[in-house]
Amino acid sequence: MSDRPDDRYVDSAPFDMAASVKELERKDLDAPNWVLVWRKFKTHKLGLTSGIFLLVCYLLLPFVGFLAPYGPNDRDSEHIYSPPQSVHIFHEGSLRAPFIYPMTSEADLETFQWVFKPDLNNPQALQFFCEGTEYRIAGLIPSSTHLFCAPEGATLFLWGSDRLGRDVFSRILYGAQLSLTVGLIGITVSFVLGIFFGSLAGYFGGKLDWTINRMIEVLRSLPELPLWLALSAAVPSNWSPVAVFFIISVILGILDWPGLARSVRAKFLSLREEEYVRAAEMMGASSGRVIRKHLLPNFTSHLIASAALSIPAMILGETALSFLGLGLRAPAVSWGVMLNDAQNLASIEIYPWTAIPMLPIVVVVLAFNFLGDGLRDSLDPYQQ
Amino acid sequence: MEILRYAIYRLGTMLLTLLVVSVLIFVIINLPPGDYLSNQIAELRASGQSSGVEKAEFLRKEYALDKPLWQQYMIWMGFMPGPHGFSGMIQGNFGWSFEFDRPVAEIVGESLWLTVLVNVAAVLFVYLVALPLGVLAAARARTWVDYTSAFVGYLGLATPNFLLALILFYYGHKYFDLPIGGLMDPAMEGEPMSWEKVKSILIHLIVPTFVIGTSGASAMMQRLRANMLDELGKPYVETAVAKGLSPSRMLTKYPLRVAFNPFVADIGNLLPAMISGSVLVSVVLGLQTIGPTLLTALKTQDMFLSGFVLMFVALLTLIGTMISDVLLVMLDPRIRYEERQR
Repeated sequence: MSDRPDDRYVDSAPFDMAASVKELERKDLDAPNWVLVWRKFKTHKLGLTSGIFLLVCYLLLPFVGFLAPYGPNDRDSEHIYSPPQSVHIFHEGSLRAPFIYPMTSEADLETFQWVFKPDLNNPQALQFFCEGTEYRIAGLIPSSTHLFCAPEGATLFLWGSDRLGRDVFSRILYGAQLSLTVGLIGITVSFVLGIFFGSLAGYFGGKLDWTINRMIEVLRSLPELPLWLALSAAVPSNWSPVAVFFIISVILGILDWPGLARSVRAKFLSLREEEYVRAAEMMGASSGRVIRKHLLPNFTSHLIASAALSIPAMILGETALSFLGLGLRAPAVSWGVMLNDAQNLASIEIYPWTAIPMLPIVVVVLAFNFLGDGLRDSLDPYQQ
Repeated sequence: MEILRYAIYRLGTMLLTLLVVSVLIFVIINLPPGDYLSNQIAELRASGQSSGVEKAEFLRKEYALDKPLWQQYMIWMGFMPGPHGFSGMIQGNFGWSFEFDRPVAEIVGESLWLTVLVNVAAVLFVYLVALPLGVLAAARARTWVDYTSAFVGYLGLATPNFLLALILFYYGHKYFDLPIGGLMDPAMEGEPMSWEKVKSILIHLIVPTFVIGTSGASAMMQRLRANMLDELGKPYVETAVAKGLSPSRMLTKYPLRVAFNPFVADIGNLLPAMISGSVLVSVVLGLQTIGPTLLTALKTQDMFLSGFVLMFVALLTLIGTMISDVLLVMLDPRIRYEERQR
């Protein structure tokens, strides 16, 4: 067993170098970068959950017409400022199909308000896959089937109704279409500008770098909101809602790029000195090719993380602009436009449900922040 | 002396930046098609009131709106003689508000000081809140103190300012009997400064300061925490602990001083965001700052008024950034050396 004089055990089999590397580590060394990033990102539970949540939200956007019981501009003049109704499954202790208690309205002659009370004796079952207001799936396929709608002769205002008797719940779903995409368009504009100017400044240096740098400094030193306001005040009021929507997203993006351009420039300054860049240049690659094929891929992951962190600022920006009446305008529906109704203290006090659109804003902004944090932490898989 | 020279250099770059900014702002306020007067003239012509047209035409001449754009800019800034000689921004003539039919200087008047006051209060709030909380969160990392402050911080970042304002106003009034709206008692508006007025302004400032400061404070807090955590892992901290320094003394003596630099440097990022926030919050809460004035001016295309307000807001930001840069140089010798090497 042992041939050593001091009784230590030594295996007589020859030493195999490869075997000392563990199976798992071997795979790690060979795996492409994105697999490593993904593996690390998976351990960031909060980021992962937020990412999945946002993905589901965006995937559902084309189908909001199906999910919402009402259309975005359906008015019910009988139920103005109706409080939220809840869906029940127990009626007087017995289990039933999901139902609601219809609302009865009554004028309060002292405060001159309509008082809504649920009629507890008259439960009415919800309808599923029913016909309702016409809508288009993804803006193309016309349809009028809804996942669920109100029973005959009753209403279904899950989150109450607003000052024109429109369903807040349905409008929040429709509002998501604009409020969530504003950030995507804005970030695209900001990325194109930021990468363009940042790479020019970082790669070529010299006078160009100086000019772009001053430009970045000037733009960064200005408060965003007043400029947003001034720019969106310049949008002619006779433009169609779609045109206004695009121009607002572009405005949001135009003022966002300097921060990105600065980080792109800093990266380029350090990467420009690497050997592989010089090799590519010596082999005759054009500047455009070096930038696109050799430099940019180095920090795409970094860019994605910073995108996730700047989208919330744009969503909040759109909300603020629309809230002040300079952003999107009715009949367009966005969360900011809806909050325009909750602008005064009276509505917060008497009709608190008109401020509900604030919940999705907070949730989505938080989710983007968590996702961005998670991505940023897992970007560098070799760092422990 | 070194610092004085730097301060002068920094002032020079600030003035240059302001010049660029003024061009930018002039372009922006001229973006909407037409101007206030030509719109008014068209409207008056349509309704057949010729006397008004004459007045508007007169004003157009008076304010050089019939000249090409670049000349309008030069006259507005005071680089070029207008119909009344040199009289532009530099000479202290801020122009005429067509909407209110009064000089711009008269309309903004007191609200300029209130704007500065609100923003200074908010910056103080950010520092007073973020400094202790950030240090505490780092020193007690991964305990309930840390998690609670992180959660509150995230919430502060994610809630739109104006909603927070409305909600706080409502509850502040309901439970603490804080006054609603405005920056002072309506009875004291336009009155000369007195002890009573100061007190009234201070009470009215509570909610706006809180609202404007929250998002800035939470961002600042998170950054300070991250900086502190980086420093706390370094060997010199271990040495200090081994030497037998008490934890609080150790914290304030070494890592805090290192982590403090970015804290001061950050004001350059913080200020634009805060001033943005204050404009929005002022509109919602009806504070007598220049926020609401800006909004009406922009909506009615009252270009001299909105131009002046935008310039003022930009100036405020630039001055704040300059002060923070000079402070940073005083605080951190390394930056001074870099400057010298160039």
